[in-house]
Amino acid sequence: MRISHAIFEKNVIVLIIGILVTVSIGGLVQLVPLFTMEQTIEKVEGVRPYSPLELMGRNIYIREGCYLCHSQMIRPFRDEAERFGHYSLAAESMYDHPFQWGSKRTGPDLARVGGKYSNEWHVAHLIDPRSVVPESIMPPYAFLAHKDLPFDDIADHLKALRITGVPYTDEEIADARKDVIAQATGGDADTSGVAQRYPKAVMGDFDGDPTRITEMDALVAYLQMLGTLVDFKDYRPAADYR
Amino acid sequence: MAGKEVDALTGIETTGHEWDGIQELNTPLPKWWLYVFYVTIVWAIAYSIAFPSWPWLSGYWGGLVGYTTRGQFNERMADLEASRAGWYDRLGAASLQQINDDPELLQIATVGGKVIFGNNCAPCHGTGGTGRPGGFPALVDDDWLWGGSVDEIYKTIQHGIRNDTDTDARISQMPAFGADAMLTSAQIAAVADHVLALSGQGADNAEGATLFAENCASCHGELGKGEPSLGAPNLTDQIWLYGSTRQAIINQITKPKMGVMPSWAHRLSDVEIKQVATYVHSLGGGQ
Repeated sequence: MRISHAIFEKNVIVLIIGILVTVSIGGLVQLVPLFTMEQTIEKVEGVRPYSPLELMGRNIYIREGCYLCHSQMIRPFRDEAERFGHYSLAAESMYDHPFQWGSKRTGPDLARVGGKYSNEWHVAHLIDPRSVVPESIMPPYAFLAHKDLPFDDIADHLKALRITGVPYTDEEIADARKDVIAQATGGDADTSGVAQRYPKAVMGDFDGDPTRITEMDALVAYLQMLGTLVDFKDYRPAADYR
Repeated sequence: MAGKEVDALTGIETTGHEWDGIQELNTPLPKWWLYVFYVTIVWAIAYSIAFPSWPWLSGYWGGLVGYTTRGQFNERMADLEASRAGWYDRLGAASLQQINDDPELLQIATVGGKVIFGNNCAPCHGTGGTGRPGGFPALVDDDWLWGGSVDEIYKTIQHGIRNDTDTDARISQMPAFGADAMLTSAQIAAVADHVLALSGQGADNAEGATLFAENCASCHGELGKGEPSLGAPNLTDQIWLYGSTRQAIINQITKPKMGVMPSWAHRLSDVEIKQVATYVHSLGGGQ
């Protein structure tokens, strides 16, 4: 028997039920994959939440729209692995809110740019990209070196992220401000706390001006840790992936 | 509902609606379109059976053909490895000296080294190793900070310079003669004049020469020829890392900038480092 559309058009309750069924199919298609999240994210050693300074750098990265030209995801293709390194793991962006995978590469992928160049290079490149890469079309971000990093509210950023599931501890939130200063000063500062809370964090005065903590410091600190957390010598994909 | 209603004028079935005597024709879809549509439905079902697709609460359907992106990736990388096997193993087994002595290996190493250089080294050292102002040294000349033999170049690439990540990184530190108040600004100016005179620029002065012998010669050498084992630059060759002006030299003595190079051992394979070292050595200045 054919179900006539007249039934839906003449009975409001039937129409509502019909709409609910249709919409819920669309919803389930989006929701059900999330139930398998536990298996999608590989169990790997080393991934940790961002240190407060890196987090501020990440906020600048988002604010300046770096994701519009730079992706942060190395796909499992031979050419990408040859150029950028090991393909990205889901676990590597599990503390990203929002993630920065991106969908367009006007510039190169940055998922493993950490440690690839020196701090001096990053600063020179951000101030005037064409001074080091003549063919670059990236806009200059020289103003970052002049702008003091506003980090009075850093603890609130950590708290907000904790609500979304990033496991920041009370201690980390309480010391967030101190950790920003310690990591951006490096050298003589007491960085033991940062090093213990955020292993592999890169310390130091990034922008060459030790008297100030600028947005440049934060952005370079963020760039220098990208993709460095997982030690792929210990990673065995065959056992970990489904 | 009534049965089929057919429009008398066109002979085509109507939808059954009627608005003030106006009826809507239910013109059938073109056959070819309809069949293509059915084929896409069948294709979608078949595809979702053959390939990983439907998720459920504790897993997902893996597909009949056993495809995974990572499995495919591993195959492609294995193909790559297999296609390289011949020369890759030969480069791995050969010493840097043997690579340089064997024209065939030398060609393989420099061609591959150029590609690796373009991806990893060119952002700082420039395409073709021409260097960049502000402390990124040119690699095409014969002025080497840490030694220009292929073995020294290999070591520099492997461990880098003054980085925090590699315990074997090359390390040296020039004192901040001005910032740490080891010399007065007048003394620094005198040393700067002497340093300029070393490369034949401007007049020498006795005070500068004495101060140079006391403070600088231990690393840069009595004649200012530099010392590659300490990374101390040659000051007599008019090649300057941080600027050639008198002021630039004064700045460098007052509070020196010192370059950092990352360690590549964790990013590149040993064979790849050998290739880059051979390529850099071949750029013109290799010793």
